[in-house]
Amino acid sequence: MKDQTRPLPVPTPETAHFWEGTRQGELRLQRCVHCAHVYFPPRPFCPKCSSAEIEKFAASGRASLYSYVISQRSIPGFEAPYAIAVVQLEEGPRMMTNIVGCAQTPEALRLDMPLEVAFAKQSEEITLPLFKPSEA
Amino acid sequence: MKRSRAAVVGAAETTQLGVIPNMSQVQLHADATLNAVRDAGISISDIDGIATAGESPESLAHYLGITPTWIDATGVGGCSFLMHVRHATAAIEAGLCGTVLITHGESGRSGIAAAGFPVPIQGSLLQQFETPYGTTGPATMFTVPVLRYLQRYGLGEDVLAEVAVVQREWAAKNPRATFKNPISVDDVMNSRMISYPFRLLMCCLVTDGGGALVLTSADRAKDFDRPVYIVGTGESVETPMVSQMEDFTTSRAFRVSGREAFKSAGISHADVDHLMLYDAFAHLPLYGLEDLGFCKPGEAAAFIRERNTAPGGKLPMNTNGGGLSYMHSGMYGMYALQESVRQVRGIAAAQVPDVRISVAHGVGGMFAASSTIVFSKDGV
Repeated sequence: MKDQTRPLPVPTPETAHFWEGTRQGELRLQRCVHCAHVYFPPRPFCPKCSSAEIEKFAASGRASLYSYVISQRSIPGFEAPYAIAVVQLEEGPRMMTNIVGCAQTPEALRLDMPLEVAFAKQSEEITLPLFKPSEA
Repeated sequence: MKRSRAAVVGAAETTQLGVIPNMSQVQLHADATLNAVRDAGISISDIDGIATAGESPESLAHYLGITPTWIDATGVGGCSFLMHVRHATAAIEAGLCGTVLITHGESGRSGIAAAGFPVPIQGSLLQQFETPYGTTGPATMFTVPVLRYLQRYGLGEDVLAEVAVVQREWAAKNPRATFKNPISVDDVMNSRMISYPFRLLMCCLVTDGGGALVLTSADRAKDFDRPVYIVGTGESVETPMVSQMEDFTTSRAFRVSGREAFKSAGISHADVDHLMLYDAFAHLPLYGLEDLGFCKPGEAAAFIRERNTAPGGKLPMNTNGGGLSYMHSGMYGMYALQESVRQVRGIAAAQVPDVRISVAHGVGGMFAASSTIVFSKDGV
């Protein structure tokens, strides 16, 4: 993938900690102190119980492949075929990502395969959490 | 069945469908409107409420010469027009307006003064947490949940092809359908891969067109020719981010909207003679049949394979050919409504015998929103 030209996220006050985390090699999630719900994407309150008493923590980075498609059309930053994946994090939430270190084929991309986060620096500000097949 | 408060008394699509290079988006709205108003036998000056999506209500009012006292610009994508029917029914019942015009027009193919597919707001959660991973629009977003669905129920990719094949059978009966030639499962499976597991013939068309509806109260509707009564409605939303759906094998918005519509109509599934399930991609009828309760989870593919939704089947579905074969301008919901109305009136190209109740069910965004309308021939 030619990562230089892919569209990059524009952080907001509510998500700055997430992107600061990826810069430092941490996948930061939020947990509600009140009801223990772990959630993503970031918000300064719990989307389950609305409590503003929440804490940030570094996730394990372990995940499994939940679903994906393989796009057949190259776009800036992406050489086709490339998979757009959703991974299930060990802590519960799911997130969209790309799978690296793995052929972009249905044979190589098996649902539920174990994955681990692979931080990919895109710019001084933005490091994206991509995922690769787990080595364990 | 519960008492109906409002009815469709005028319904029409644009004069042409497909490729309309000589009309801008707003003119597609106007062309459909003039056809629908003529169908109702009223004049534009009788309209006091307007609802539309994709085009602003003020540009629509100005262009058509309407001075409305009630406006709905709910814009949640393709099912917006179904929501407009629901909201207009409530507004008519509340006495906010008497005659409502709902319009759709989209230069989806020719792109003449067209709104186009919405670009995510910079810094929105969608832009931060989905766009960076190479999404290019519906073909790479709407499709993301399906592998999980297929795996959960032990189904192959060919079930998506079977949806397209059956809908083409309906399209073959419809002179206005874009694609009418019969296709086989092999044809679909061998068509060009777009976004695995979706091949070209599992994806909707991209066309130009429009449609319009005229609604009034059920009491006034008795004075019109072939009124189609609105007896049940539902709506809901879930999330603009497909990656954040609660469950990739079922749509919460579909379930909530469908349940509301059936409950408010006071009907059971056995009462439904005809069904329209918005099919931007071939997996949507599978989710729709299950989430509306016509099939148990995981059984919709077999239900379609056993020809229950095909011509001659017990639940004729997407009888215009659907977004896969009839037309799909981008926000298809209006065409699902139009076909339901035609079937209840008894004037569809592929007319199902004696349709008394038709259900139209739509989706907006990528499983982001949903709305369901129950139409009846009987005013109750």
